[in-house]
Amino acid sequence: MNFEPIIGLEVHIELSTKSKMFCGCPAEHFGVSPNTQVCPVCLGLPGALPAANKLAIENCIRFGLALNCEVSEFSKFDRKHYFYPDLPKSFQISQYDLPFCINGKYESIRIKRVHMEEDTGKLIHTNLNGKKVSLVDFNRSGVPLVELVTEPDFRSVDAVVKFLKEIQLTVRYLGISTADMEKGSMRLEANISLRVKEQESKRVNELPDYKVELKNINSFRYLTKALDAEIKRQAELLEDGKKIKQETRGYDEDRDRTFSQRSKEEAQDYRYFPEPDIPPIRIGELKIKNLKFKFPELPSQKRGKYQKLGLSANYIEVLVQERARADYFETALALAKQYNISEKEIAGVMVNQNLDGKFAEPAGLVKKLVELQNVDYASQADVEEAIKKVVLDNGKAVKDYQAGKEQVLGFLIGMVQKELKGKGKIELIKETLISYIHGR
Amino acid sequence: MSGLTTDEILHLSRLANLTLSKKETTTLKDQLSDVINYFKELKKLRTDDVSPTSQTTGLEDVLREDQVDATRILTNDEVLSGTDKTHNGAFVVPQVIDKDL
Ligand SMILES: [Zn+2]
Repeated sequence: MNFEPIIGLEVHIELSTKSKMFCGCPAEHFGVSPNTQVCPVCLGLPGALPAANKLAIENCIRFGLALNCEVSEFSKFDRKHYFYPDLPKSFQISQYDLPFCINGKYESIRIKRVHMEEDTGKLIHTNLNGKKVSLVDFNRSGVPLVELVTEPDFRSVDAVVKFLKEIQLTVRYLGISTADMEKGSMRLEANISLRVKEQESKRVNELPDYKVELKNINSFRYLTKALDAEIKRQAELLEDGKKIKQETRGYDEDRDRTFSQRSKEEAQDYRYFPEPDIPPIRIGELKIKNLKFKFPELPSQKRGKYQKLGLSANYIEVLVQERARADYFETALALAKQYNISEKEIAGVMVNQNLDGKFAEPAGLVKKLVELQNVDYASQADVEEAIKKVVLDNGKAVKDYQAGKEQVLGFLIGMVQKELKGKGKIELIKETLISYIHGR
Repeated sequence: MSGLTTDEILHLSRLANLTLSKKETTTLKDQLSDVINYFKELKKLRTDDVSPTSQTTGLEDVLREDQVDATRILTNDEVLSGTDKTHNGAFVVPQVIDKDL
């Protein structure tokens, strides 16, 4: 049978604020000695009064806006109850029926909600004197945490990874979190089920009657492997005509398979109720406008812009992957305009020669390019002319390159250079040549 | 109306992490049922013109700026003063998740 995975995601992102969500303790906790950044509020001591961090709420909303969500005009916090040693109050302050952001859409993926909550403490599982114990550190307790929940709109593991990478990049562009998976500032959970593909046309909106939750995923690589293993497991069970149990599973990398985590005896019943210690929050049009006003250009917008400049997909991705680099490129571009230096040339020396690493300021890089220019290089028009001729004369080499023989590129560049009597700039030739061949 | 069933009481006790004796179960069943039944009195009130609220203070938007307040931070000794089960500055608790599972 041909199965198709149905995947939804929950993404947790720790915000990089200075202080915690409901108290003034420092939020940065990585590498800090245990239980040295805690106060009565984040330790859940009786009588402590939480007060919500304004910047954290604003950043949660900015994130929601970047995902095209609606912002709730009226919002509040709720208590979510469960027992676990990393949760000192035995409830987590979260949001239930009135999250800050709802109904977003990111490309084809529907975003159910984006809400604000507090992180839990950290448990280290270890052995002490032959006993299995957990060490509890509350430095992370109360750190602002944003939770993003998608609808089950993913139909492949690749789509999941692509989406998450874009989320990570967006968060970094917004400057609201490092979204570092290894340090735990971005954490993933996926729910996954399979359905027979042929059914899709007949039962378009019908989802399987079960879903398996995959937890504790801490890298993209791990995510891909865990999802692949779980899809394989479910497909095998379904092939055998078996039913799949709704449960939470973890992933064992050594054995490359998922395993059942002890399921709670009680069905999830968190007994949410409104947090009485924190008054509700009203977010007017004006506030939303102000937040939008402070919006940086997002990766997708930058890509669009660079495409219009005629840069190749490879160049665009390299530049966009770091906001600082994209900003550098744009500043250099603005400075270079008067010297008749092309976008491709600037992008080329950044991507291929890391010249932006050599010149801290874009002005330095442009100056360098101007100096090189005076060496009387062939113009962009001459380069294009030469490329046209070489491509026409070397049909076979071009075909080989298109078929994936990367090394042929060097030969073609050499031919163009010959045509230009050695006066061409290699980077410019390369970039122009690639986009010319791909554009054909 | 009869109020809560024994099963519901047991469900609640598990959620609250409480172990109840048979006698306590019966007592709590009656007491909680009384409380629930008392809430039915509220149904007599006319609430058509009252919008729902979860707050009584009437306050909104009580927020704090994102600033570190080190004066409220406790020392590690203070943090751990309520327990004698500690290790390198951390609390020690029995392991809840068996990682080898
Ligand atoms: Zn605190």
